[in-house]
Amino acid sequence: MTVTEPAAVEARGITKRFGPTVALNDAGIVITPGETHALVGRNGAGKSTLVSILTGLQRADLGEVLFAGEPAPPLTDRDAWRRRVACVYQKSTIIPSLTVAENLFINRQTERGPINWRALRARARQLLDQYGVAVDADSLAGDLNVEERQLVEIARALSFGARFIILDEPTAQLDGPAIERLFERMRDLRSQGVTMMFISHHLEEVYQVCQSVTVFRDARHVVTAAVADLPHDELVKAMTGEETQAYESKAREIGDTAKVVLSASGLRLKDRYEDIDLAVRSGEIVGLAGSGSSGKVGLAETLVGLRKPDGGDVTINGTAVRPGDVSAALKAGLGFVPQDRHHEGFVPLLSIAENATMPIAHKLGRFGTISSERRRDRATTMIKDLDIKTTGPDQPVGDLSGGNAQKVVLARALADNPVALVVINPTAGVDVKAKQSLLGAVEDATESGTGVLLVSDELDDLRICDRVLVMFHGRVVKDVPRGWSENDLVAAMEGIDS
Amino acid sequence: MTESAVPDSLAVGSRGVGLRLGRFRDLTLVPVIVLLLVVGAIIDPVFLTTGNLTNVLQQQSALALVVLAEALILIAGKFDLSLESTVGLAPALAVMLVVPTTAGGFGIELPVALAIPLCLLIGAAVGAFNGFLILRFQLSAFIVTLAMLIVVRGLQTGITGGKSLFALPQSFLYLGSATWLGVPAAIWITAVLFVGGIVALRYFRVGRSLYAIGGNADAARAAGIRVERVTWVVFVIAGTLAALAGLLETGRLGGISANQGNGWIFMVFAAAVIGGVSMDGGKGTILGALTGVLVIGLVENILTLKGVPGEWKQLVYGGIILVALMISRLAGGKAQD
Repeated sequence: MTVTEPAAVEARGITKRFGPTVALNDAGIVITPGETHALVGRNGAGKSTLVSILTGLQRADLGEVLFAGEPAPPLTDRDAWRRRVACVYQKSTIIPSLTVAENLFINRQTERGPINWRALRARARQLLDQYGVAVDADSLAGDLNVEERQLVEIARALSFGARFIILDEPTAQLDGPAIERLFERMRDLRSQGVTMMFISHHLEEVYQVCQSVTVFRDARHVVTAAVADLPHDELVKAMTGEETQAYESKAREIGDTAKVVLSASGLRLKDRYEDIDLAVRSGEIVGLAGSGSSGKVGLAETLVGLRKPDGGDVTINGTAVRPGDVSAALKAGLGFVPQDRHHEGFVPLLSIAENATMPIAHKLGRFGTISSERRRDRATTMIKDLDIKTTGPDQPVGDLSGGNAQKVVLARALADNPVALVVINPTAGVDVKAKQSLLGAVEDATESGTGVLLVSDELDDLRICDRVLVMFHGRVVKDVPRGWSENDLVAAMEGIDS
Repeated sequence: MTESAVPDSLAVGSRGVGLRLGRFRDLTLVPVIVLLLVVGAIIDPVFLTTGNLTNVLQQQSALALVVLAEALILIAGKFDLSLESTVGLAPALAVMLVVPTTAGGFGIELPVALAIPLCLLIGAAVGAFNGFLILRFQLSAFIVTLAMLIVVRGLQTGITGGKSLFALPQSFLYLGSATWLGVPAAIWITAVLFVGGIVALRYFRVGRSLYAIGGNADAARAAGIRVERVTWVVFVIAGTLAALAGLLETGRLGGISANQGNGWIFMVFAAAVIGGVSMDGGKGTILGALTGVLVIGLVENILTLKGVPGEWKQLVYGGIILVALMISRLAGGKAQD
């Protein structure tokens, strides 16, 4: 930063407490005009708190925020904030029951007097065109997919005239090609002089689109550097505070004689996938890769019984299970980690112990009763095995951070020593260390003979697989053995035959 | 961006259909209304006369106002069960403040001209108190208004001693019984308020903010909408509308019974929901709610004309509401919530 040009955004000495917890402790950030600045840190490092302070949703207990060298407006003046900073929050701020046009101009549909809907739609179309967002202004926002919704939010954020935009984990819910398109757009915006703050758990993304990076750890600012000066290992070290190696997957030998624990034959579901045959052997980890439209999640959800296929059979541990019946699949010896942990993974108000032992509750007592002592014991073991950071087995899962909540979901899937395990996007939205212990737990499960099907958008996750099945447009197009190169896999996922 | 921006081919198909139907979601009950008119005409020649239809509208006007009030609250993502009790308490308390003890009053004998303003004010106060408990105290709207349903009804029973009030000032009965230009005043008043509601919720920012609040309160707050204040005002307006409904009903019947409004809330919810107003908030229109009221009114009228015995009326009534729900679900194409 030169003396002549003030920082686009500067936060100095920010301290924020929520009751007994200190969310930010004398932390700060300086973002130079025109750069794309990454903010990284583990879950609970204070990133989200900084975002809400920088966007004027919360007041810092101590410290100040400056925009282009000028003090931030008072919190009550929302419009002034929105002219200075735009934000695409982690949680969608789109109202699903309203049209895209109205969402773009929410609470400013008109200056005064009645709303002119025709003019509003025209303004919306103009705004969408200006930012090249190919979305129908008349469609309901709830019908948009995640990527389109995000683009609408970006367009809306920028329409206030802000030249600084915060993107809080925009890539968490996008698939590979959509992320690429988002990055293309971000580079475009940058060339137009827009300053950005980018938050992500995916460090490789930081290197792809950002020029500099700030690391927060335990509510404090640790380091700010140009990305070129901070190689991957050092960045991880700054985040975790300790030396870590990249995750080393274990070597496994799976003989041709190993029993098949999970198989599908001739499975098809209209508009999702067709003609699927697959077999997972005992002790084997099979990856399932593909873009968002490949049908991989739909297939995995069929295997566990969440979806009913149009035809074909699923066999678990030698038993043919009734399609579309989750409890039959569980009975046959299946465990699974669903895609959306908040929706299907756990009951937020119940304790860790209750959540984690749900499938084995009948084994913890007699005559339909549940012994809370035995439940606690089991849960305590699970907490230790999976390294869940918690105050104890009685803490509600809703209070845990994303990574730890995901561990509870995995603990539940593993509770009954399943012969087959289906895991969908286990590391979405969790930090580096939690990621490693989740993958480690999946690998450990294979030692007792569990066969695993791992569905993931993360190429890193798929590294632990013995082989990876690649899906494209609803078909398995490739079976890649361990030792693949990233390029090959991505090419197959995009349908480019090499 | 190209076509590939849409990862799920399913989503594309359903979007097209949803959009087209979405335009007409307000009107999904129109076929039901037409069907009821045809059935009514076949069953009884009296049905399609102006006199009978006017009668239907007048009978439903008080209920319709409560439906309007409930629709506003539901769209803003809240809940109010206590409206039906306000329909009874507001006129009863107002009247007791103005009439002499011989007519069942408190003996305060405030000027008679104050009776109607007092009635509306009492409704507003009940709404404001609901809003206070729900927004400031952060209690569940369902439980708060369930308790208020009982409290308000209990208050009316307490002050009236469970007796009906018959000796009412003429001015208090006027709005519910007068006829303007050959049509009952109650119909005019209800029509004007519905038109006001439709216009406000379609063409004005404050009206649209109800949809934003009900659809995603956090997003509404981030957009600068004063969520708590707007919701509170909605509760006050709803209470006032319920009091007005009580006033019209009092005028129509010429007295206030101890259970005026009792049991209405089920009809109110039925009308709002078959009219397309979502119980989850953020969805539905005032026009839709109005079609819901019309369906309920026509069904009731047909049952009366047909001479269905009183003991069986409820069963038939409930069954027809269920059928109407199913029809509007099929016509709307989307799962109801």
